[in-house]
Amino acid sequence: MIDTKKDFPIFKNNPNLIYLDNAATTQKPSSVLDAERDFYENHYSNVHRGVYQLSQEATELYENARESIAEFLNASPEEIIFTRNATESINLVANILPVSKNDKIVSTLMNHHSNFVPWQLLSQKTKAKIEYLSLSESAELDVEDFNKLKNATVFAFTHASNATGVITPAKQLIEQAKDAGALTVIDAAQSAPHLPIDVKKLDCDFLALSGHKMLGPTGIGVLYGKKELLQELPPFLTGGDMIREVTIQETTWNDLPYKYEAGTPNISGAIGLAEAVRYLQRIGFDELLAHERDLTSYAHKILPNYVDVYGPAPSKKLGILSFNVQGVHAHDVASILDSKNIAIRSGHHCTQPLLNALGLTSTCRASFYVYNNKREVQSFVDALELSHKTLVK
Amino acid sequence: MDLYGELILEHYKHPLNKGVLKKPTYSRREANPVCGDVVTIQLLVEKNVVKDVKFEGEGCALSIASASILTDFIKGKTVKEIKSLTDEALVEMLGISVGAVRIKCVLLPLKAIKNALG
Repeated sequence: MIDTKKDFPIFKNNPNLIYLDNAATTQKPSSVLDAERDFYENHYSNVHRGVYQLSQEATELYENARESIAEFLNASPEEIIFTRNATESINLVANILPVSKNDKIVSTLMNHHSNFVPWQLLSQKTKAKIEYLSLSESAELDVEDFNKLKNATVFAFTHASNATGVITPAKQLIEQAKDAGALTVIDAAQSAPHLPIDVKKLDCDFLALSGHKMLGPTGIGVLYGKKELLQELPPFLTGGDMIREVTIQETTWNDLPYKYEAGTPNISGAIGLAEAVRYLQRIGFDELLAHERDLTSYAHKILPNYVDVYGPAPSKKLGILSFNVQGVHAHDVASILDSKNIAIRSGHHCTQPLLNALGLTSTCRASFYVYNNKREVQSFVDALELSHKTLVK
Repeated sequence: MDLYGELILEHYKHPLNKGVLKKPTYSRREANPVCGDVVTIQLLVEKNVVKDVKFEGEGCALSIASASILTDFIKGKTVKEIKSLTDEALVEMLGISVGAVRIKCVLLPLKAIKNALG
């Protein structure tokens, strides 16, 4: 069993907190907080600007963070663009791709709204066709539907569902999309905190992730893009740092990755995220996933029979439990759990097309991470029993 | 567990004014953006007084109890009185202390009624 609670100050300051909303955001270890504090207290200044010592130190820390992320994803540093979060990363891609009315975008009903709405809008704006891969009863992508990838020019899908934890067959999907000649955009916001990611092995064109879901700070995200694509595509936001030369007649763009980082970036966020990645690497992703699956299997095993769980068996998903207590609204379950200091999510999880496909409007979601343990899972199940006892008519 | 006291549970399990009116003067459907829950309120208004009111919709205990207590309260009240009813007054009627997210469940029926009355 992994025991890491002591590394997270929030649990020292809230000793009774049982935090099971890790698919929404994760708590921060001291090492991440220390890295940010050290930057502000000892090395703070802007990056890529000043020639003075402090600015060089800040630039070095920021670029070292980029190198750490590049190594983590098996990319090269110029392919790593720092953004605010996965949402911004995906919107960036949707705004620079040369899509027109003869194109066909393929998305999926599993996608988070952040990887759903940008493509819906792009299709409306360009009159490009859009199709969606539908879901099976176990909330997995429907294999029968993979032939929709035929003639696709853009394929945007999710590596792991934030609502159910389902892990998609990313490699196979990308291969099929490539055969059709499509560009592939993969939302790894939910997978990167739990699974090792290798963009070379996946051979995806773009990949997005959010720092705050993987022990990093809020306001920092990553877009990976293949170098040869990013070189050819136009910029998204324009302004400082992404410029090579500006005249009244025209402007030329900076080299990668700076071409896509307009304005002063979230320097401390990038430094914090790199530290979060080091923390996860020290634990090891095999160990981490085994720990989460252990907790999820245990939860599946001890859940009362009046709890409906959505999605496949624990071995086919991340440590996420999407469920409803029969006869009790998800919000009421979450409020009763809150009265026992247990934090879970309730609602549509920004995945309304997914829930609609399953015939649901809202679910409860408990999601496990590195600091959770079996005792907490037991308390969680006990509180579910309380919600059933209190509210079933 | 102060959210689910006797009053709330009684109104949740046995809500008043649940159903539809035959000839409503006003009808309004309102959705809660947090959970996608929907409530429909129907009002029969004569001479600026609410003669009857019914509500329909699936929801959490707080929104059902709130709709039950609120619809009971507004019967016989004038449109002006109802329009001046504040969010705080409704929360006080329910006798609970509610956070920034769940308050939306409590206020949903009031929002529907006020929007129905224009």
